[in-house]
Amino acid sequence: MVSQGLRVVHYLNQFFGGLGGEEKAHIGPQLREGFVGPGKVLHDAVKGRGEVVATIICGDNYFAERTEEAVQQILQMVTPCRPDILIAGPAFNAGRYGIACGELCKAVQDRLGIPAATGMYEENPGVDLYRREVYIVKTAESVRGMPDIISQMVALVLKLVDKKKIGRPAEEGYFPRGIARDESSDMNAAERAIAMVLAKIKGAPFESEIESPKFDKVKPAPPVKDMASATIALATDGGLVRRGNPEKLDPRGATWLRSYNVKGLKALNPEDFACHHSGFDTVFVSQDPNRLVPVDVMRDLENEGVIGKLHDKVCATAGVAASLSNAKKVGESLAEQLKAEGVDGVILTST
Amino acid sequence: MTPVAIMVGSNRIVPGSGVIHPVGNVDLGSNEEKNLRRTIVQKAIEALHTELKEQTVFPRPSV
Repeated sequence: MVSQGLRVVHYLNQFFGGLGGEEKAHIGPQLREGFVGPGKVLHDAVKGRGEVVATIICGDNYFAERTEEAVQQILQMVTPCRPDILIAGPAFNAGRYGIACGELCKAVQDRLGIPAATGMYEENPGVDLYRREVYIVKTAESVRGMPDIISQMVALVLKLVDKKKIGRPAEEGYFPRGIARDESSDMNAAERAIAMVLAKIKGAPFESEIESPKFDKVKPAPPVKDMASATIALATDGGLVRRGNPEKLDPRGATWLRSYNVKGLKALNPEDFACHHSGFDTVFVSQDPNRLVPVDVMRDLENEGVIGKLHDKVCATAGVAASLSNAKKVGESLAEQLKAEGVDGVILTST
Repeated sequence: MTPVAIMVGSNRIVPGSGVIHPVGNVDLGSNEEKNLRRTIVQKAIEALHTELKEQTVFPRPSV
């Protein structure tokens, strides 16, 4: 049954809400009955299904400077309006506004359980921050095309209200959310892959079925200046464990780090250490763990004065199909730890 | 796996001696294996000591 009489709440910043420009960006949230400014387009777009019952206007700086507080204040204002839907913005390329729209949509979804949508230009920082959790319709950089954007946002939320399936990002005009969904197709995978390649060769548009990961470019760290007095640590993502794996290292996924004390050890002894990794044959490393983590050679180099000191801790994880975000977190936490422990450089061995 | 290291953005990369023993080689006798390990580790030390502007692969001298 199609619901009529849907109650829509619209969120606008100080500019679109008609209060003023930057000089009004500090203003706290205000409730207005019915639609305001571009809310008229929204009101017209939901005719027949509902109406804009209220508009919240809030200054961009106010929201940015006390986000959680602002969200709570707005939720308190919005709840008595008994909204069925929230539409925020669209924010186009306005960064603070985009973040406010994304954060508010997420909050009403999570805390009020109602569908929400917003719209932004692809470079708006709100896109990367919120697109996985919120439907963000793609807009141009400049303020134009409001009727089309609003009708795309409305189409999405109405589908959510009616519990209808939401189509692909390209079809419905929103930023991909990173959700993989099984679909059946007339063409099998081989046929679809060939069709994609042919389109690519012809220079025709095509849509990848899976989003390719984007890797960071990291500026190289400055070199270790004085190696003879430097502390160098060994680390690995090759799944080094103590025999029996008492620390219960996961053999895949780089979910967290383990560290082992190698103080005073001349080498890694296969009676004390082994390899627990689901991505390669661990036999040879378990026979001689120095084949993965070269404590023996590093200890020699330390004794010869080539390096100042081999760090007492060896840190290990097991990579294998680690998600980018896990790998990043583990790497960053390792770097922070080692830096705090006075390490100057790290040799990470990887299989 | 060096191409993977390059793809994900590692800056100082030293190719190892095989997936199943990055700093070893079961086909060598234990002394030679340790020497091989030493060469690779020394290359890594050299990499740590080298000023870089961009991703660099430090090839091992052939043993």
